[in-house]
Amino acid sequence: MEHSIILRMNNIVKDFNGVKALDGVSLEVTRGQVHGICGENGAGKSTLMKVLSGVYPVGSFDGSIEFEDHEVAYKTINDSEHDGIVIIHQELALSPYLSIAENIFLGNENATRGVIDWNKTNREAALLLARVGLDENPATKILELGVGKQQLVEIAKALSKRVKLLILDEPTAALNDEDSTHLLGLIDHLRTQGITCIIISHKLKEIKRIADTVTVIRDGRTIETIDMNGPDATEAHIIRAMVGRDLNNLFPPRDPAIGAEVLRVENWTVHHPVDVARKVVDGASFTVNAGEIVGFAGLMGAGRTELAMSLFGHSYGTNISGTVFKDGTEIQMRTVGEAIEHGFAYATEDRKRYGLNLIGDITVNVSAAALAKLAKYGVIDRHREYKVADSYRQKMNIKAPSVGSITGKLSGGNQQKVVLSKWIFSGPDVLILDEPTRGIDVGAKYEIYGIINELAAQGKAVIVISSELPELIGICDRIYAISEGKLTGEVAKADASQETLMHYMTAGKD
Amino acid sequence: MTTTTPASKAPTEPPVRRRIPKLSINLRQYGIVAALAVIVILFQILTDGRLLLPGNVNNLIQQNAYVLILAIGMVIVIIAGHIDLSVGSVVAMVGAVAAISMNNWGLPWWGAVIVSLLVGAVVGAWQGYWVAFVGIPAFIVTLAGMLIFRGLTLVLLTGGTISGLPAEFTAIGAGWLPSYLGELGGRDVLTLALGILTAVALIVFQLRTRATLSRLDLPREPAASMWTKNGIAAIAIVWFAWLLSDYSGTPIILIVLAALILIYNFVLNRTVFGRHVYAMGGNLFAAVMSGVKTKWVNFYIFVNMGVLAGLAGVVSTARAGGAVASAGQNYELDAIAAVFIGGAAVQGGVGTVVGAVVGGLVMGVLNMGLSILSVDAAWQMTIKGLVLLLAVAFDIFNKRRAGGR
Repeated sequence: MEHSIILRMNNIVKDFNGVKALDGVSLEVTRGQVHGICGENGAGKSTLMKVLSGVYPVGSFDGSIEFEDHEVAYKTINDSEHDGIVIIHQELALSPYLSIAENIFLGNENATRGVIDWNKTNREAALLLARVGLDENPATKILELGVGKQQLVEIAKALSKRVKLLILDEPTAALNDEDSTHLLGLIDHLRTQGITCIIISHKLKEIKRIADTVTVIRDGRTIETIDMNGPDATEAHIIRAMVGRDLNNLFPPRDPAIGAEVLRVENWTVHHPVDVARKVVDGASFTVNAGEIVGFAGLMGAGRTELAMSLFGHSYGTNISGTVFKDGTEIQMRTVGEAIEHGFAYATEDRKRYGLNLIGDITVNVSAAALAKLAKYGVIDRHREYKVADSYRQKMNIKAPSVGSITGKLSGGNQQKVVLSKWIFSGPDVLILDEPTRGIDVGAKYEIYGIINELAAQGKAVIVISSELPELIGICDRIYAISEGKLTGEVAKADASQETLMHYMTAGKD
Repeated sequence: MTTTTPASKAPTEPPVRRRIPKLSINLRQYGIVAALAVIVILFQILTDGRLLLPGNVNNLIQQNAYVLILAIGMVIVIIAGHIDLSVGSVVAMVGAVAAISMNNWGLPWWGAVIVSLLVGAVVGAWQGYWVAFVGIPAFIVTLAGMLIFRGLTLVLLTGGTISGLPAEFTAIGAGWLPSYLGELGGRDVLTLALGILTAVALIVFQLRTRATLSRLDLPREPAASMWTKNGIAAIAIVWFAWLLSDYSGTPIILIVLAALILIYNFVLNRTVFGRHVYAMGGNLFAAVMSGVKTKWVNFYIFVNMGVLAGLAGVVSTARAGGAVASAGQNYELDAIAAVFIGGAAVQGGVGTVVGAVVGGLVMGVLNMGLSILSVDAAWQMTIKGLVLLLAVAFDIFNKRRAGGR
């Protein structure tokens, strides 16, 4: 295969109202390679891809783009797609009530004079699905598919457009390990078919496994382009380039001071809200002590989030049974309000959907779970509310000009800090943090770990649910593994390794 | 162990982009007030000064009181992400009940008012039950309500009308405060006194708030901006009183309206209930997961809407002097238009009582100005429709610009 340059972006400068999001980024992508782009949140990766795909039309930025040796000037996404550049965004853009086939050919229908040829559509869709290794009927509706399969449909859709350069923005952020592996395998396969791929990812392991070349972007500039077959192809090297300094330790140090038992759950069983016969959580029993950080490891769909949500005021599931003891006394939590009163806090996995009022400012979000603390006879003391929010802004290092900033405009890490502030202000004894660092860059992750440590140091019982095993091993004192709704193992920090955990996490699976 | 905190040098987001949302919110709030001012000036010129004749200013209040009352309830419904299509029918039904309670059951005027508000509350509880506890979208529940309560109105009135209501009752919609303080040069002194008192109260309240903010070391609005804004508001209030005093004095309904605006502004901005309404409109799931009792909040939102629709029924029946089956037609649309012109968002989470009231006044001034100009009713409707569309388009345009993309 010839190793020519398929894409050249020269000295791209893009500013928003005088603030430079991209400040002279250059990028060269070799045909038929997988090219990784790494950088912290806000470094300019997504902006660069929007410049490339025509979301920001030509003229709104400086610099030039050459694709297949021609200088291009895209005014819309359609222009770039016409040339075979397809971008798949982090938030998938499929229509849930339409079928796989309909989605694949949406905007590109197999039609004569406006009448769709369904046989052709379904036949071609089936072929595309085979190419991405998705074993589903093309007539299946998107809402019946999991995120991993939806991702594959997106890729099939890209293939239907005769893609030459496929751009994947954080493709595995929402996927479990199994789906991620499949996706990476697919990218490998597409590479052999000559499709060039740009992959943006926070997960350096993946980048290391899949990419031929990596470009690191920081503060809107190209820092380094690394040949992944060369001597610099180490995670440490990439991280150093991303954050601009060495990161000796991914996890802040901590001396655990573990006290008495705070939470004990016995025989917790939860049934699926629709498919009532199915047990989503099956007889789970566990304990968490004061000052202890306890992890829950499980593949997606294992029942981790369902366990947490059902505990937290029966927010999920039906026919919930089992007992919960707090400080040795049995308690009932049938509503979220009761759970909060009992000193529970649950920072959800999907902070945009369940965690934040994105059109509200930092103040209203921080006070949302504990308004009663700030109110007398139902009237809010707004001055105190402001002071509370502002103190959290400073304490948690939330990067925003004021607490009047709208949370929807903050970066992922700062949004997560707002969510944590909200729950810390509610004064909990038991904190359940579901995927607390998902979609957050390396620097902010470190800060979040620091906050978690601080909470444990204050004697709170902390539960961390995470898909990232190194994270659990790095911060937890004890880790429970969950598989198909059952707790299949309990591992102390000293004995924890990814292999052990993975063994328990897949226990009972064929 | 050596550690570095990489976050201290994490990328800073463009500061300019962040500042814009705040600015645009202010622009939106002043935008609608500015739009009202422009429309008033425009019609004042077009009508050769007839728009702001004292009699017309008085009528502006008395004729539009119903829509302002409904808009106050509706803005809460809309902030929470719902809609209420039934209020026009509820107005008619409550009017019928009020008239029957006085003419047939011999209740005194205040008894009729209490019964009316209770009927409104029951209607609200009925709709709130279906929306909050059964989970039927408000659009459907209130569309059904629109038919149900219009039908019941026809049943109650058996197609006829009830007139000849007591004078105390009609005074609620069409009467004025007595001239307790006499007259001075043909002007009602009480009205002038109330106007000046309100203006002074506004300034005093603002100064006290400022003092508190400064004592607590909280951020304050620049003094110049505060004085300009409140100075203009105070002058407008006194001038308004000056005009009213030349006619028949202070409309009773103006006092009711003022009280409602103050109360509901307080409820939405300062109470836990109000905050929960905004939280639910902003992100219902997040509100649920923060422990907000969303079902009960929804229920009370509709009970409240029912009570206010009951009050609007009293006011419009009082002004009309009798109950007719066709009363309140399209009132829901007027109220919804007022709320959206006043800057509320269709998706919920955004809106203010003051915005809704100003939005209602925009519609009212348009109505009155076009009537004075004897514009054909068909064209009036067309123009009002276009104004609604433009107001929301302006809002979306603003938001898009603020979004920076």
